[in-house]
Amino acid sequence: MERRAFYRNPVLPWLLIGPQLLLVLVFFYWPTSQALYWAFTLEQPWGGGNSWVWLDNFIAIFRDREYWATVARSAFYAICTTGLSMAVALFLACFVDRSLKGTKLFQSVYVWPYAIAAPAAGVAFRFIFAPQSGIIGSINQIWPGIWDPSTNGVHALAMVIICHAWLGIGYNFIFFLAALQMIPRSITEAGAMDGARPVRRMFDLQLPLIAPTVFFLLIMNLISSFTDSFGLIDTMTEGGPVGSTEVMVYKIYFDGFKGLDYSGAAAQSIVLMFLVIALTFVQFKWVEKRVHYN
Amino acid sequence: MTSIRLLSAASTIAVLSIAAAAPAMAQTKFEFWYGLSGDLSERVQEMCKGFNESQADYEIVCVSQENYDNTLQNTIAAYRANKQPTVTQIFDAGTLDLMLSGAYMPIRELMSSNGYEIDWNNYLSGIASYFSTSTGEMLSLPFNNSTAVIYYNTDALAKVGFEGTPKTWEEVETVARAMKDAGYECPIAFDPSGAWQWFEQFSAIHNQPIATKGNGFGGLDAEMVVSQGKFVDQLTWIKKMYDEGIIVHKSKDAGETANDAFVNGKCQITSSSIADHGTFGKQAAEGVHWTNAMLPMWSDTERTNSLVGGASLWTLKGKSEEEYKGAAAFFNYLAQPEQAQTWSTITGYVPVTMAGFEAMKANGFYNEAPYKGRELAVESLTFTPPTENSRGIRLGNYASIRQEMVKTMQDVLFNNAPVLETLQAFDAKGNEILRRFEQTYKGAQLP
Repeated sequence: MERRAFYRNPVLPWLLIGPQLLLVLVFFYWPTSQALYWAFTLEQPWGGGNSWVWLDNFIAIFRDREYWATVARSAFYAICTTGLSMAVALFLACFVDRSLKGTKLFQSVYVWPYAIAAPAAGVAFRFIFAPQSGIIGSINQIWPGIWDPSTNGVHALAMVIICHAWLGIGYNFIFFLAALQMIPRSITEAGAMDGARPVRRMFDLQLPLIAPTVFFLLIMNLISSFTDSFGLIDTMTEGGPVGSTEVMVYKIYFDGFKGLDYSGAAAQSIVLMFLVIALTFVQFKWVEKRVHYN
Repeated sequence: MTSIRLLSAASTIAVLSIAAAAPAMAQTKFEFWYGLSGDLSERVQEMCKGFNESQADYEIVCVSQENYDNTLQNTIAAYRANKQPTVTQIFDAGTLDLMLSGAYMPIRELMSSNGYEIDWNNYLSGIASYFSTSTGEMLSLPFNNSTAVIYYNTDALAKVGFEGTPKTWEEVETVARAMKDAGYECPIAFDPSGAWQWFEQFSAIHNQPIATKGNGFGGLDAEMVVSQGKFVDQLTWIKKMYDEGIIVHKSKDAGETANDAFVNGKCQITSSSIADHGTFGKQAAEGVHWTNAMLPMWSDTERTNSLVGGASLWTLKGKSEEEYKGAAAFFNYLAQPEQAQTWSTITGYVPVTMAGFEAMKANGFYNEAPYKGRELAVESLTFTPPTENSRGIRLGNYASIRQEMVKTMQDVLFNNAPVLETLQAFDAKGNEILRRFEQTYKGAQLP
């Protein structure tokens, strides 16, 4: 039989978890329940009253073609930022792991972007990518009109995706590097003795061995790109041009706070919440059951 | 004997202490939230200081919320938590929600119940109508108000041999083409996010409805009619000029705003608020000379008055009698002619009363630079008595509808979307927003 530690005092455990519970209640459950309630009512912004409308808000957003465009855009955004950010981070981590010259320096340098707040990065990137005055914009002087995120939706979306991926590289890098360094040297050395080149060793040895980390990062990145894109988009494009960078979280913000449609925004955030819950659920299921740490 | 003396001494002290405490007790503090920042915020703070020094009964605490959006959001949040300020500044697009909420104290009632006589007819008609009920009762106090004008670079006008300022869009087109031929890279700066001046003001001065029921004044069941009016041709024209490189896209995203491009002399024509008159004067690069004019008309149309922009001051419910007395005293202070004039001088916003405007005109305020040209805003606002279409816009969730217009203009300009179809889609989307708003306020009557 399994041995378990337990408290004799029935009050003490509650006291110990009390502060944490309180925080979660105040900052998560209470606002969520409020949003859930609003999602089923039509709420007047000044609080003058509301009426219960059952699923009308959800039906309204699901019927809206623009909403589905936003969902598809968010999915595309999530896949691109995640793929880009993880690929670059893995690439860098592999090199740092090989103990080339200057490794110690790069170990810390690559993490820096993670320390920059999204809005601050957004402002900086807006200047860098500005078509009429930025550094990247200067290619317009060689080929006029080749880069213009202010009028071209594809450019704008690419710009935001690149910035988001860039911000995430540091975080991914740290995890990848730690995972790579956990692999016993003898395994890679054995591979090398058998004549496998570094690229082959990476695909056949290192990647399978760090699969749990890859999977963990994949989920974390996907969740982050659904929820953390707001700071960047708000400072860089405000969802434009023609709504081409309007992702789910930005639409929630706009409809709720600018448009004062509290109920529509609440319904949208409930949908987003379930999406993130689903992702988290998948992660737990997999990480717990399928992927083995050593 | 001694007991009497003691008693009288005691009572004297008591009286003295009451007298000493009285001013401190009577001084009522109340809050005023506003949505201006930077230079304008400092001007507001000076005004608050002036009010506090002018009397001893009330102390106003003025808090900047940075911008209109924040002010609206924070006021709503505060109101819902019963922590609202006594006075708040709400911008044009947020007006209807507040009107329907019943969360305010009508300004007329506030002033009359506190014994102030205000000549409500003295307010400029275009301004008063925007902040009034459909029956003409003013609910909030116009504070910082403006309208859109067009700005020209006078050197560029001279270079193409145009005397005075273009009055019609036809003239604007001719002049702008000539500028292009004369080597100016950006004749007209255009930012689609300026839907206010390019779309709303255009509709007002050309007497075109944006929605039925007098742009929503007649009821919450108004419907969008933009795709049935002159704006279809206007947007077609804008698109044509854009494709020919005569109208050039300038915005924050592009790296330079239309206003910046104008004051730096890169663009020769721009349209913006009269409140930027002062800013342009300060920021114009050396050698850049400019002037302003009323928004152009198409030559076969009659001009009507333009729409007021900016914000007004609302008194919120749920505060004490004393605080309302303070708010009324503050409003009365703002309405003093000298205050009104100072405010208009330092900011560039228009004087909101006819008396204020006449006084400034009589003083010769508008005769010379840097203030010359600002009178055109008042002329534009009062050009005709407000019509159904130029009275104002009273549409629910208007911020969202305005954003849809920005998207529409971007779509036409950047993605070559067909004008008529895109505007029809805009109307449809606008109607959806309006119906949703109507449902939210089911059974509510417009005041």
